[in-house]
Amino acid sequence: MFGPTARTVQDQLVERRVRVGLGLVTAVLVLPVVLILGVLVVKGGPMISMEFLFSDPTNGMTEGGIFPALIGTVWLVGFALLFSVPVGIAAALYLSEYAPDNWVTRAINLAIINLAGVPSIVHALFGLGAFVLFAGFGTSILAASLTLAVMTLPVVIVATRESLQAVPMEFREACWSMGATRWQTIWRIVLPNSITGILTGVILEVSRTAGETAPIMFTGAAFFLPFLPESVWDQTMAMSLHLFVVSTQVPDVPEALPYGVALVMILMVLTMNALSIGFRMWLRGRRKW
Amino acid sequence: MVKLSVRDLRITYGEGPSEKVALSGVNLDIHEHEIFGIIGPANSGKTSFLRAINRMDEFTLGMDVRGSVKLDGTEVRDWANVYALRRRIGVVFPLPVGLPMSVYDNVALSPRLRGVRKRSVLDEKVEQCLTRAALWDEVKDRLGTLGSLLSGGQQQRLTIARALSQEPDLLLLDEFSIAVDPVTTMRIEDVLVDLKQDMTIVLVTNLVQQARRLADRTAFFLMGECVEIAETEELFTGEVKDPRTRDYVDGRFG
Amino acid sequence: MAAPSPARPGARDLAWAGDKLAQGVIFLGGISGILLVIGIFVFVSREGLGFVSNGLDLREFLTSPAWRPTSNHPTFGALALMAGTASVTGLAMLVSVPLSLGAAIFIGEFAKGRTRELLKVLIEMLAAIPSVVWGFIGLTMMNELIIDVFNVPVGLNVLNAGIILGLMAAPIMTTIAEDALKAVPDGYRQAAEAMGATRWQVIWRVVIPAAKNGLVAAVLLGVGRGFGETMAVLMASGHSINIPTSPFDSVRALTATIAAELGETAVGSEHYQALFFLGIFLFVVTFAINLTADLVVRGIKNG
Repeated sequence: MFGPTARTVQDQLVERRVRVGLGLVTAVLVLPVVLILGVLVVKGGPMISMEFLFSDPTNGMTEGGIFPALIGTVWLVGFALLFSVPVGIAAALYLSEYAPDNWVTRAINLAIINLAGVPSIVHALFGLGAFVLFAGFGTSILAASLTLAVMTLPVVIVATRESLQAVPMEFREACWSMGATRWQTIWRIVLPNSITGILTGVILEVSRTAGETAPIMFTGAAFFLPFLPESVWDQTMAMSLHLFVVSTQVPDVPEALPYGVALVMILMVLTMNALSIGFRMWLRGRRKW
Repeated sequence: MVKLSVRDLRITYGEGPSEKVALSGVNLDIHEHEIFGIIGPANSGKTSFLRAINRMDEFTLGMDVRGSVKLDGTEVRDWANVYALRRRIGVVFPLPVGLPMSVYDNVALSPRLRGVRKRSVLDEKVEQCLTRAALWDEVKDRLGTLGSLLSGGQQQRLTIARALSQEPDLLLLDEFSIAVDPVTTMRIEDVLVDLKQDMTIVLVTNLVQQARRLADRTAFFLMGECVEIAETEELFTGEVKDPRTRDYVDGRFG
Repeated sequence: MAAPSPARPGARDLAWAGDKLAQGVIFLGGISGILLVIGIFVFVSREGLGFVSNGLDLREFLTSPAWRPTSNHPTFGALALMAGTASVTGLAMLVSVPLSLGAAIFIGEFAKGRTRELLKVLIEMLAAIPSVVWGFIGLTMMNELIIDVFNVPVGLNVLNAGIILGLMAAPIMTTIAEDALKAVPDGYRQAAEAMGATRWQVIWRVVIPAAKNGLVAAVLLGVGRGFGETMAVLMASGHSINIPTSPFDSVRALTATIAAELGETAVGSEHYQALFFLGIFLFVVTFAINLTADLVVRGIKNG
């Protein structure tokens, strides 16, 4: 008598179908990650060896290893961080600790959104025009790193701003009321309590920077250069460009070689991401307040 | 001697049509070495009053202060270095704010901000301030624990110790007992009476009886207006000028 | 501490000076974003505007499919390149809009606990795959897959690049769409549930309409991503100049054209300037897309 009406039965049916349908959609979206990783491991896995990682490419890049590209990427990422982390932290500090609610602040926020949205190839053009030609750095690690730094700056800014804003306002007020200047408050209270969050953002940036190709193509990365860089004025090989080159530009490359390069790259990037995610979860568990 | 002299104080938040007046037309003098109580219901402008004294409005979006606030006869707004002004004024907040650093570092923060580095000086200072705030015995064996992990009552005494480490000559307390148990409240009240010899204390409180116990004189704030200022005993037992004061202290609203 | 002399209360000290200095440096960092966006525009224009005064035939640029920068009589028609970019981006949106909005609703409204965390991590991993690796996947796996499934001779085409790009744009769309759903106050949901609506009815009739602006912005940002993607499109689209009539046609995108040709041009040549001109075009379009997304998010569109 008082059982569910036809109407509610129908509703529940719809509900279940929607849930299953959306679940399937989500699965379709995330399945490629698993598939891609699987194929790369199966096809590229056999390539990976100490020799592959630590020797130079030989025989027109159809044999040998990836050492100069690996080291080149480390140089590029390292110098990019050197520029982007201080600037990014300063920008985030301004937005979180100083920025009044005015048009300058709105313009800054809009600029950051845009900086993140500018196509990577346009960053490459900018790097070429500004750093290689105008500043006269030539095609060099310096020019390429600066280009990468500009491109990934928004990552640092957004992550840093978020972790700065997570520090409760009361801490700042308590510190100010003791006569601490804004800077003393930032240095002694705000930064120490957000540094781990900032690091998470930096690791994420490392992973993004390491994978970029277009911005370094014309600013400092070379197709083939079996020497290790000695200064920021040198050109260098890089993992990302190396993958592009061996998979599209070089004839007669054995099939497994680019898979090996791709696998090393993705492992590099995913390790960084995993670190960043793990760090974040660990952080969530040990808030001091 | 007048320690703090306030004339025609008016505090507003926001601009234009959304402007809200938090406090207006306040005139009062606070004497040296007195505990000056301020009572009144929520949103009467008590906290805004305290924030105007140490120029916190300059760090608060939309807050605007007009009128005159003189500390020892000098306009606080004329201080070229707002930080030097604030160093002389200790503040205790309603909810205890133990900074996320060790107990020791909490109390040593203020001396360190002034450039004191010597460990022995800091040690002595920390012990002295914690002792005066009646907390030393409870924490002397765990000065390394996080200040924010102490109990509410301990944290509030920690913030008092921190304020004392500034060696203030004016101490502002904003409803300090709101998150503190009655026993700790009593202990802190004893501390305040003791501190009176060394400094002037402005005690904003939500507890009418606390003002009666501690304050030499008391002001009653209501909806942004300073309704009445009197010797505390007068306020509670004698004639009052305004019937609203009688209603409030007798607990008919608030 | 001794009271300062009344004549000069609160003398400025080292801490005060240090604070001012820090404020100046931090302000410079703060406006760095603005300076860089302006810098990008200025430097790309500086190299590319020569093309406007020398060679640009705007009609040819917009209406001719003939991009022949290296012939004896070079022509710079960008129509086919625009068609390439538009077709790939369009198909990418067909793939990613349903996938990412569906995933955002599932993750935000249905999934719980560990499933939710796992899905979010997987989406983050999807976002982490570098574009050159995506391009490599298009070049290899997706290529073979399309050849096998559709029985076509070449698998590097609009379909390939569209799917790859769709998957690349999906994470950011999912994240922003989920944020938009999360921003809808729980009170709305509870009110509707109290009236006996099922969860899906609540989502469909209450949550999605309330989050509309955020969802639109998510799609716009996804469009921006697809439009500006370079390496993956270069590698997966077949890179041949075509106005596509079917998803199995190879095309060439604006971004990919710059990446492929810039290395072979002499600095200052007409071809070089033409490529920078394409860059200006890309910059302006993405700027407009991002600006619109920002305005939509704030809901300023209708004043």
